[in-house]
Amino acid sequence: MRKSWWKILAAVLLLYTFTAGFLIKVPHIGNLKETIRNLFFHVPMWFGQIVLLTISLIYSIWYLRNPNLKYDIYAEAFAKTGILMGILGLITGAIWATYTWGEPWSNDPKQIGVAIALLIYFAYLVLRNAVPDIDKRAKVSAVYNIFAYFIYLPLIMILPRLVESLHPGGKGVQGNPGLNGADLDATMRLVFWPAVIGWTLLGTWISTLNIRINLIRDKNLLNAE
Amino acid sequence: MRNKIYCCLLMLPALLVSTAIFAQDNGAPESVMRSNGKIYVVVAICVTILAGLFLYVVSIDRKIGKIEKDNL
Repeated sequence: MRKSWWKILAAVLLLYTFTAGFLIKVPHIGNLKETIRNLFFHVPMWFGQIVLLTISLIYSIWYLRNPNLKYDIYAEAFAKTGILMGILGLITGAIWATYTWGEPWSNDPKQIGVAIALLIYFAYLVLRNAVPDIDKRAKVSAVYNIFAYFIYLPLIMILPRLVESLHPGGKGVQGNPGLNGADLDATMRLVFWPAVIGWTLLGTWISTLNIRINLIRDKNLLNAE
Repeated sequence: MRNKIYCCLLMLPALLVSTAIFAQDNGAPESVMRSNGKIYVVVAICVTILAGLFLYVVSIDRKIGKIEKDNL
């Protein structure tokens, strides 16, 4: 296995999350009850997604500066894992919402925002498969990926702050769209941040597997350059 | 490196078993797993799923490593 220390770190951090996340004492807030523990599993999906999509963006920019097919493969793999995390985040959010907000989909600005963002990224995957020419595909999808990222970011970071929301951090409420600062006590932070790092590392790991497969698949093209 | 990972993974069930033995020494069989509304059962299941996922990812990783050796 290649460069294993951070992979072991991912496993350790997630095992820690999955034990401490269930066992620590949590504050009782509103009708959340024990579901506040979802903070350790649902929210890191979104944090991980942001990191992975940002890495994807960087490789897309890199590709446009230096058109090596390798960077396109990197950008695609990280975007795919980011999209996967987004889908999981949306599903877990809907389950959580059913039992706290009363319905799985309440047209909360943040739900709508991420749904649009995910659709934009689905279009990225469709676009990739629609262009048969490899170099053209890489270039067009790199440009589109940059465009998608800068729509995605306002949709999840800015819009939710401007309007009233069931999520923490809406208009007139303190905190940010991810978590409400005051509600997150010290012990919860001790589980939450390792969880974010762990999920992000696992996402990176899965992305690198995808990358390595594609590097082998396209090795003739890569060597030709 | 590989051996080290296996050692770490093998230690996990050993730790779980040791807690069970520890519980029995106190004269209350399986009390740990049955305490706190049996939440530890949920923990054990989730940890098992996570461990299984990681073992799977590790095995894919190693397979790709082998193919890389032959191809790159």
